[in-house]
Amino acid sequence: MSAATADAGTVAPRRRLGIWRRIKRWPTTVKVGAVIFGILALAALFAPLIAPYKPNEIDPFALLSSPSGQHLFGTDDTGRDVFSRTLYGLRLDILLALLVTYVPLPFAVVVGALAGYFGGWVDTIVSRLADVFIAFPFIVLVIAVVAIVGPGIEGFLIGVPLAAWALYARLARAEMLVVREQPYMLATTALGYSKWRAIFKHGLPNVARPCFVYSTIDLIGNLILLAGLSYLGFGVQPPTAELGGIIADGQGYLLTAWWIATLPGLVLVLFGVGVGLIGEGISDRGLERGGR
Amino acid sequence: MSSPLLEIESLRVEFPGEEGERLVAVKGVDLAVEQGEVVGLVGESGSGKSLTCRAVMRMVPEPGTISAGSVRFDGEDVMALNTRKLRDFRAHSVGMIYQNPFGSLNPTMRVGGQIAETLKVNKGMKRDAAKKEAIALLERVGIEDPEHRYRAYPHELSGGMCQRVMIAISTASSPRLMLADEPTTALDVTTQAQILKLLGKMRAEEGMAMLLVSHDFGVIAQACDRVAVMYGGHIVETGPVETIYHEPEHPYTRALLNSVPELDSAGNVQRRAALAGHPPELSEVIPGCVFAPRCEHAKQECAGVSMKLEQVGSDHESACPVRPYADAGARGTAKAGKVEA
Amino acid sequence: MSEVVTAETKKSDAHLLEVESLVKEFGLRRGLAERVARTEVAPFRAVDDVSFTLDRGEILGIAGGSGSGKTTLARCLIRLIEPDGGSVRVDGIDIRAHKGAELRELRRRMQMVFQDPYASLNPRMSIGAALHEAGKVHNRPGSENEGAFVSRLLGLVQLTDRIASRKPRELSGGQRQRVSIARALAVDPELIIADEAVSALDVSVQAQLLNLFLDLREELGVAILFISHQLAVIAEVADRIAVMQKGRIVEAGPTQEVFAHPKDEYTQALLNAHPHPDPRMRIAAG
Repeated sequence: MSAATADAGTVAPRRRLGIWRRIKRWPTTVKVGAVIFGILALAALFAPLIAPYKPNEIDPFALLSSPSGQHLFGTDDTGRDVFSRTLYGLRLDILLALLVTYVPLPFAVVVGALAGYFGGWVDTIVSRLADVFIAFPFIVLVIAVVAIVGPGIEGFLIGVPLAAWALYARLARAEMLVVREQPYMLATTALGYSKWRAIFKHGLPNVARPCFVYSTIDLIGNLILLAGLSYLGFGVQPPTAELGGIIADGQGYLLTAWWIATLPGLVLVLFGVGVGLIGEGISDRGLERGGR
Repeated sequence: MSSPLLEIESLRVEFPGEEGERLVAVKGVDLAVEQGEVVGLVGESGSGKSLTCRAVMRMVPEPGTISAGSVRFDGEDVMALNTRKLRDFRAHSVGMIYQNPFGSLNPTMRVGGQIAETLKVNKGMKRDAAKKEAIALLERVGIEDPEHRYRAYPHELSGGMCQRVMIAISTASSPRLMLADEPTTALDVTTQAQILKLLGKMRAEEGMAMLLVSHDFGVIAQACDRVAVMYGGHIVETGPVETIYHEPEHPYTRALLNSVPELDSAGNVQRRAALAGHPPELSEVIPGCVFAPRCEHAKQECAGVSMKLEQVGSDHESACPVRPYADAGARGTAKAGKVEA
Repeated sequence: MSEVVTAETKKSDAHLLEVESLVKEFGLRRGLAERVARTEVAPFRAVDDVSFTLDRGEILGIAGGSGSGKTTLARCLIRLIEPDGGSVRVDGIDIRAHKGAELRELRRRMQMVFQDPYASLNPRMSIGAALHEAGKVHNRPGSENEGAFVSRLLGLVQLTDRIASRKPRELSGGQRQRVSIARALAVDPELIIADEAVSALDVSVQAQLLNLFLDLREELGVAILFISHQLAVIAEVADRIAVMQKGRIVEAGPTQEVFAHPKDEYTQALLNAHPHPDPRMRIAAG
């Protein structure tokens, strides 16, 4: 090789940071959100180990008793420990919300990305289909499905993806339209890579970020929707412990045994705040980091 | 000798880093522009030239701050001006033109209206008088069919025309100093030549001084009387443009000039002795001379150099105490080995 | 009228690249009013009957301002954009006549380096992975051994092995362009199309990259189609030059000849407008 020197390779490249340092650099909002989410998620995960009682275990001597050392969140009208029910309920809610948000997400993102990459009739079909689904108010669609399928988890599990896929597909499509024109994508054609390699190996990872950010907000939305549906009697059926259901049970006792509805409700709100803070933080960093 | 129109002393501009540390982009810059003079500020990425230019108008983009130093315009301290006087200063004493001609004009307003606006606001003209004056200004900056073009939107005009409009807006109040931050970088070479000619004309007619920031030494050579070369946040050399081109003292200036591509190389394709490495990042703290890591003349003592400018000739200053070229005489163009007559 | 540019050709060697009467049109979108009135709207020719040749190991500069069609031309050569007419022959084989595996093979021989160092590399892939992928996809000899393969490529562009594990955002603009060049070299091309490849770089870094192109031509024998709006940059590397304006080649020939005796008005205008860095050679005022 020619006499040209030590040049480019030995000059200090931009700093890379270890993963711990990167976490420390997260804005405070994200850290707070992550802590909240972390605590709740772990509590939910280990519910069977942490919960002092089984969710439907009845203590006939402690009906409607207020929060105490024995029953942290008090008991409800059939003597069940509200704290344990909350833990199990949160667990079920998180699980179902995760399921319903993240199982259909990859499919929707791929469909949207393909539409964005290929354009033409693929795009037309996907976009028009998405338009139809987006045109329905989200909740109306879900309730319609529930009305058809009947009360129970199935309605929720079918209805939500049916309504939500279109949003992810649209997001992914829009991102792909931009990514498609980037030189590194053009390079894949010049280098003779197959379209599939270009789309899946190079395009999708770069398209996925905004979709992922949006999914964190979607997750809370779905969780709250589930709680709402259960509250109305259309989601998780009693006696299974579920946050919305517990709140519904406690509604009649708001003035007398406030803890039944209020404390699980607070947990729900806290969860939403935690995930929301994380989502906000990720999107800010994503904007910061975009490319450079 | 009257005092300089613009005097920058020990200017320091800082940015907060990602971890809260202080990144210094302009590290103590001294620069003066005399009445009617055109001073070029040349440098590569990270040299701090753009920020220095913006600091004159106190328009350093957030979250940067001017952390030290003074800027005196006509003897008055710009840093000390209150809001009203600062607006006055920006409106009447100094004008600025930017790199992106389309981005600097409001896309939803007709160009004539934008010129008229500045006349109404800054010169207190009434609507009809402002319109007439705006049309006259359009003609003065070389836009054909000015009555018609008055009503055009920026996207209907070419880059060169938008730049002319920007020049019209910023010269409307006859400022005594024009700040031009890479004014021709986004333009075709033929358009660039026209804009430089226009700036020269305005300068001749109005006696306007100019601080011209560019990374392109060709532009600097065409338009400037004096040049200041910046590297890593410092000014490393100043002098008349001819001296800088033919007898540069600072090793960076030499290396930079040796890297500039020249038409004369045609037919004589050879490798240039290119400078290794790249300009320092904001976050890199280099003790002593910021150029030392890349300098082929670097010595031990360079780690203790203060980057202060020292006189090396009449009206010629350099920050390099080693002075490896003190007796070298005129610089030949690196490749052809020709020495300018 | 466009000029056909040929080197002093040895009739026996086919040119490495032979472009003949290449055309690319963009149909202007007709608005509703125009459709109703059935107005004829002439399509816009970004590349208008362009012909030229390029030989092995030769560096041909394509000069022109924005709107000259030079980038469209480059993209048509490798069919990133589909031409509407004419032929592009690589060693006599018309790239327009093939698809699938043959097209892939033809493309392999003509690699492209783009202008924007920041967008030319996949932000999510490490340098080593990107380089290795290129070799693997084309089954280049040596690509079975990832470490050695990547190391050799980095060496060709004067980068050290440490770069292999880094991501693009950790590199400077000049380093990224070197990586883009390395990626192009990974498939052993015979021609590199450099589309404003140094335009976004600092002058001192630009000089390094120009040297690199010259080195690669000398050591690997690659031909280079060097596209730039800066005449001086082309002067530094190109043996021959073709000047484009509004989709046509208006003048072509050995670089020195064209610069010393430009025949076309546009070429003359470009040369006259060029700001010489020597202040003693100012463009005459007035």
